[in-house]
Amino acid sequence: MFRRVLVANRGEIAVRVIRSLRELGIGAVAVHSEVEADALHVRLADEAVCLGPGPVAESYLRIDAVIEAARTTGADAIHPGYGLLAENPGLVAACREAGIVFIGPNESAMASMGSKVAARNLMSTAGVPVVPGSLEAVRDLDHGLVLAEDIGYPIAVKASGAGGGKGFRVATGPESLEAALEGASGEGERFFGDPTVYLERYLDDPRHVEVQVLADTHGNVVHLFERDCSVQRRHQKLVEEAPAPQVSDELRERIGAIAVGAARAVGYTSAGTIEGLLDGDEFYFLEMNTRIQVEHCVTEMITGVDIVAEQIRIAAGEPLSFTQSDLTVNGHAIECRINAENAAKNFLPAPGAIESYVEPTGVGIRVDSGIEKGSQVLPYYDPMLAKLVVWGADREQATAAMSAALADFEITGVKTLLPFHRALLGTRQWAAAETCRDLVEDRSWLRGTADA
Amino acid sequence: MATIESDTVAVVWKVLVAEGDAVEDGDTVMILESMKMEIPVEAEESGTVSKVHVEVGASVAEGDPLVTLG
Repeated sequence: MFRRVLVANRGEIAVRVIRSLRELGIGAVAVHSEVEADALHVRLADEAVCLGPGPVAESYLRIDAVIEAARTTGADAIHPGYGLLAENPGLVAACREAGIVFIGPNESAMASMGSKVAARNLMSTAGVPVVPGSLEAVRDLDHGLVLAEDIGYPIAVKASGAGGGKGFRVATGPESLEAALEGASGEGERFFGDPTVYLERYLDDPRHVEVQVLADTHGNVVHLFERDCSVQRRHQKLVEEAPAPQVSDELRERIGAIAVGAARAVGYTSAGTIEGLLDGDEFYFLEMNTRIQVEHCVTEMITGVDIVAEQIRIAAGEPLSFTQSDLTVNGHAIECRINAENAAKNFLPAPGAIESYVEPTGVGIRVDSGIEKGSQVLPYYDPMLAKLVVWGADREQATAAMSAALADFEITGVKTLLPFHRALLGTRQWAAAETCRDLVEDRSWLRGTADA
Repeated sequence: MATIESDTVAVVWKVLVAEGDAVEDGDTVMILESMKMEIPVEAEESGTVSKVHVEVGASVAEGDPLVTLG
């Protein structure tokens, strides 16, 4: 097992990884920018190294500085968390060259899943269902028109590197295809350095369902059931739950097997997530996230597995200590992302200083947080401050427990999504397990959440 | 004279108008960036830009003037 692990991240996920390291008896090294020297994750670690100034490009995204920090502190492995460098092949290669273990997938699996077009092809060949669409990149408008005719409108035009809601356009008919191609390609170039686009049938209001997998280096692959992340704003998740409310036992078994097959097809190791769309009873592969995800906690709540600890054990070469048949779904868990955003002003980011901070407590309540009273919420970083995760015997009880916990959660000094979640969990749409898209896109409903 | 102010702490990412430009109600005059999000700033009335108060890369706080329409 490792002696010391460097956590190349910040905020709640750095705190969460450090907690698992402590439980495993492994030393934790934190990294931070100049403006976060007294952040929670820094204080919880055994040592900390400053990477550079506040902007992420000058600190948390600097691979050379991260590797140097690992070297000087004698860390034998690096955990990347999510976001930042988590899916950057450059960090994995730099770790290899420096003789440091990267706690994540092997390089070839990460590369296979990095390009959406390549991954779609690979999955399709492996017999994994993908959203109907082109398996090849679109060469030009004429080529696109021919492909689109075949697939049928409306068409989703996606950049090969698309993610986080960028590089995605919808064409309702041939007349809007050109603009959609240009828009998706332009954003693909600007945000991901790749103008390549492909086409998919556009599914109207599908459910976003994903399957958690764990694969060790001894050929064992298991799935930890699914999560539903359908409540989104501009393709960014706001609320997640497990198990998915509209997945039957039969479907659960089927999509679990699809996910295990997808992971095996790329020789995957570590924790990963097969993201998909559920349209009725049809599950389509969307992409694989080759990292720990924000919403992994809901799966931990219903399975009792510490997914981050498993990642660390797998990276150390240990086999999984359980098999598929050891895993069962116990109850229901919900996660609300507490972002520094003002939902009443269409989710306007709201940096500032945390004046008061009181977490809810009680049976089945877990708060993963990167902040405390007095913390500065800075405009350089992601707006997610904390995650409130609640367990209940079933969805209804989990909802009741979440509503009570949201009422007890106090954060002042900055606007947060607490009022939004309080309002959302009380709606008919949430109770009926709808995607709630009508609410999240309704500015007047959003304005009305201000005082919830 | 109407001055458009920033609603939040942010960095100026793009300035889409120059002094003397005519803008319509609802036109995007600037894009701010905060917490990895782009925040479009829209004109709330029609008019001519009489002053652009900030340049690309500048940090702005809530209430800081961005663009004045004359």
